[in-house]
Amino acid sequence: MAKAETPVAPSEGASPIRVYRHRLPARIWHWVNALTLLILLMSGLMIFNAHPRLYWGQYGANPDYAWLAVGSTPKTGFVRIGETRIETTGVLGRWTDAEGVEQTWAFPGWATIPTTYSLADGRRWHLLFAWVLAISLTLYMLWSLLCGHLKRDLYVRRAEWAPRHIWRDVKDHARLRFPKGAAAARYHILQKLSYIGVIFVLLPLMIATGLTMSPGMNASAPWLLDLFGGRQSARSIHFLAAWALVAFFVVHLAMVLLAGPVNEVRSMITGWFRLPPEPSAGR
Amino acid sequence: MSELILPRRRLIARAGGLVAAAGALPLLSGCDAINEAPAVRKILTMGEEMNRASQRVLMDRDALAREFTRADLSPTFRSNGTKLPPGAAYAAHAASGFADWRVKVTGLVARPLSLSLADIRAMPQRTQITRHDCVEGWSAIGQWTGPQLRRILAAAGVKDSARYIVFRCADRIGDALYYESCDMVDALHPQTIMAWALNNAVLPIANGAPLRLRIERQLGYKHAKYLTNIEAVASLDAIGAGKGGYWEDRIDYEWYAGI
Repeated sequence: MAKAETPVAPSEGASPIRVYRHRLPARIWHWVNALTLLILLMSGLMIFNAHPRLYWGQYGANPDYAWLAVGSTPKTGFVRIGETRIETTGVLGRWTDAEGVEQTWAFPGWATIPTTYSLADGRRWHLLFAWVLAISLTLYMLWSLLCGHLKRDLYVRRAEWAPRHIWRDVKDHARLRFPKGAAAARYHILQKLSYIGVIFVLLPLMIATGLTMSPGMNASAPWLLDLFGGRQSARSIHFLAAWALVAFFVVHLAMVLLAGPVNEVRSMITGWFRLPPEPSAGR
Repeated sequence: MSELILPRRRLIARAGGLVAAAGALPLLSGCDAINEAPAVRKILTMGEEMNRASQRVLMDRDALAREFTRADLSPTFRSNGTKLPPGAAYAAHAASGFADWRVKVTGLVARPLSLSLADIRAMPQRTQITRHDCVEGWSAIGQWTGPQLRRILAAAGVKDSARYIVFRCADRIGDALYYESCDMVDALHPQTIMAWALNNAVLPIANGAPLRLRIERQLGYKHAKYLTNIEAVASLDAIGAGKGGYWEDRIDYEWYAGI
């Protein structure tokens, strides 16, 4: 599938034009990655629950200053970021589990794997699916590079970098005005930048900061400690980058819902995308 | 675990009519059922095996953990696990400054040893400022002093048939005395020491007095405290429940804790 042209299915009469938008490796990776990231996020929150405090630098433990901490008082739960304290009773720090018992772990049972506290099990899930993430991301990157996905779909052309072009795309998004016709088959600039950001920045950052927390890895690749400024800094960056991925997911999902969820999800399953018809009159 | 799961199943039945709410609850207990299924447990342990194998194969087996300077020391070195071993015997040792404390070196060795603290301190010493990483996520930097484990094993004449070193401790947690183990790669690693001093002072009780293991490329629970026995073995099958350590046997912590 290294064709330069987007294959178009024959369309009859008034039925919409269908284009083959997502090739099989992209579809497989999309869903494997979706499940993998969900498991990594939820098991990661379980691991966070074991020590819900974040630090900058090489070391950091209870006697040291945490820039972020989730905690509880006898009646409330809270998150402290720097000197700002936010009440989070019911969600973070103090919440009620499925059996109606009050718990004071940082993240609630519905957000963690497993649902009841087990650092050991959270780590087992996390450290196995970290492999799935790393292997599938590597394969996907290689495929993107070798089979033209990167060049054909994600490469940002010179004209697209123009601030006016980017600004117009921002305005179109803000007005929920999505491309129609053949333009809808291609990624626009914000989409390209966010996909590139996830695939080539955020996910590799997650893997690298994750590895920086490994004492074994630190011995054989001490440069990782220098790159991120220490194990505890790497842990903080790992946590922040995870929420950046969650933010991407929220926007991604919103865009799918707004752009036509059936058509969008179907295209990520079958590969075939129906082009939204061009309005007959000018918009 | 079944008594925990049953009420949840009943809850699901009750929520059955509510399609919207039904999403969350069965999903949650479904996740826990998956987590507890024996076949899944088996698959989950693959991650540990992959981590151990890749770290052993891809990494320099003698690569040193980073050593820091005194300027990098944690202002307070946090202790964890047992803070004071229960029992009159340990209290008596502590009261006498551990004058009669002995560490036995047994198992697959040519010359079993029984070492006093004076013997330990008379050996060539190594001092290292390293980072201690708890499995929970925190880290603390401290300066440790003690003889290399490999010197002790060499003095005892550890046999070629030994594949693991088992560490036994004086602190009882619940039903058993703490124990841990490591392979020969970590046992013979230059930074693996039997520390009797922390930050230039005699090791505090909360940190494992009079002797603790430092095994710098693994997580904190491998660093056995209150050491009483070092045993060379060919297999971990007969140690505890067979997984090689107190927490490994009880709550399924990874035996290989390099990540």
